[in-house]
Amino acid sequence: MRYAMAIDTRKCVGCSDCVVACQTENNVPIGYCRDWVSETVIGTYPNVNIELRSERCNHCDNAPCVRCCPTGASHFEEGGIVTVTHHKCIGCGACIQSCPYEARYSHPDGYVDKCTFCLHRVRQGELPACVSVCPTKCMHFGDIDDPNSDIVNVLKNRKFKSLAPEAGTKPQIFYLL
Amino acid sequence: MKEELFVSGRNIPNIDPYLNIWHWQIPIYLFLGGLAAGLLFLAGLYTILGKEKQMQATVKIAPFLVPIALILGLFMLFLDLKHKLYFWQLYTNIRLESPMGWGAWVLMIITPISLVWSGSYMREVFPKWDWKFKFLYTFEAWAIRNRKYIAWPMVIYAVILGIYTGILLSAFNARPLWNTSILGPLFLVSGMSTGAACILLLSKDHEEKKIIGKLDLLFIVVELFFITHMIMGFLAGSEVQISAAQLFLGGQFTVSFWVFVIVLGLLFPALLEVLELIGYKVPLVLPATMILIGGLIFRFIMVEAGQITRYLY
Repeated sequence: MRYAMAIDTRKCVGCSDCVVACQTENNVPIGYCRDWVSETVIGTYPNVNIELRSERCNHCDNAPCVRCCPTGASHFEEGGIVTVTHHKCIGCGACIQSCPYEARYSHPDGYVDKCTFCLHRVRQGELPACVSVCPTKCMHFGDIDDPNSDIVNVLKNRKFKSLAPEAGTKPQIFYLL
Repeated sequence: MKEELFVSGRNIPNIDPYLNIWHWQIPIYLFLGGLAAGLLFLAGLYTILGKEKQMQATVKIAPFLVPIALILGLFMLFLDLKHKLYFWQLYTNIRLESPMGWGAWVLMIITPISLVWSGSYMREVFPKWDWKFKFLYTFEAWAIRNRKYIAWPMVIYAVILGIYTGILLSAFNARPLWNTSILGPLFLVSGMSTGAACILLLSKDHEEKKIIGKLDLLFIVVELFFITHMIMGFLAGSEVQISAAQLFLGGQFTVSFWVFVIVLGLLFPALLEVLELIGYKVPLVLPATMILIGGLIFRFIMVEAGQITRYLY
């Protein structure tokens, strides 16, 4: 089993609903966020190309944050989901330095916090909060080891990219182009 | 034209607009670790070579600074932690993949070694010192007998400690400026050089100063070579590494790096040491202090600048 996410950059309108849903679902402190929407504009009007991406932790296969954690607080859960055990984290910041996506932050309570792919929901068979609220249904979440899953189907039929694959982290969020 | 912006807004403290999660504690910790490594390496080296008599300050006096530096360094590391009360978990977990994990263990091993070493010279350097308990005298006698055997692990662990201060940074491939394997050897030589400078400040023996001064010159030359090598490596690297090098070649750290680290921290003290060696009267306090300050600034710049560099997408 390997959980992954595919996000359609052509359907996303950048409404930031995923961001608010995450903050509500996970009680993210004000001023912080576990996911965010970024916009890349290439060219000048009228020849412009805009790409909207809802970004978050890439739950990498070769996660540098798990590798460099001195206490084992950063670890893999089922399906390759990367999470932080709060009471094992000493707040040294090594994982924050090691992340090429800047997906981690230091929670005001001291420990390091990040996207969990809403593990508590996924365990109940539900979708992550961001996926479930998306009004354009541009996000697909599922098991890429399951040949019948929605996400495998989408990735088979569309071109896609991942972010900074040259960092060698084997990211598991795919952006449909 | 390419422009990136956050549609949803994103302004996380210490992460945006650019990463700044490690503040002044980490460079001070790296500096003290390198200094301790340099002092212990030289003390162990001259003991193994059997030159305790000629190198009094190196072998006997300077190592007294090491436990102080190490404990202060560990305290800096503690100050840097955001979840402070959980720090003990560094020592209930063994994570060999994590440089910070095994570095914490190296510090736990080398601090007692340095304490035993200074302890064995305590009564020689401070004749009025009294150990109070009999078992401490027995232990002291054992340590004095076995100094040569303590010196070997001390030299080895000193090298590991010195390299570790660089590897702590170079293990992060998300920070292109740090992600170069030369950083370990570079921080090691820089640590050796600051250690030698420290001995120059403490020593009163002209012959010893001459030997350490020559050694320090060698360290400075090697350090300059490594820095050149590092920048050449960046410029021959990928796009993110080229832009990392640009921070020192026209970017925001150009002046602080070239003026305070290269010229005032390495070239000028080296020149003063050469003048001293060929017979001019130069107070060695001057180059030694400049090397120490230069080493500290070098670590501040590397930690600050490295956090700015990142992958772009």
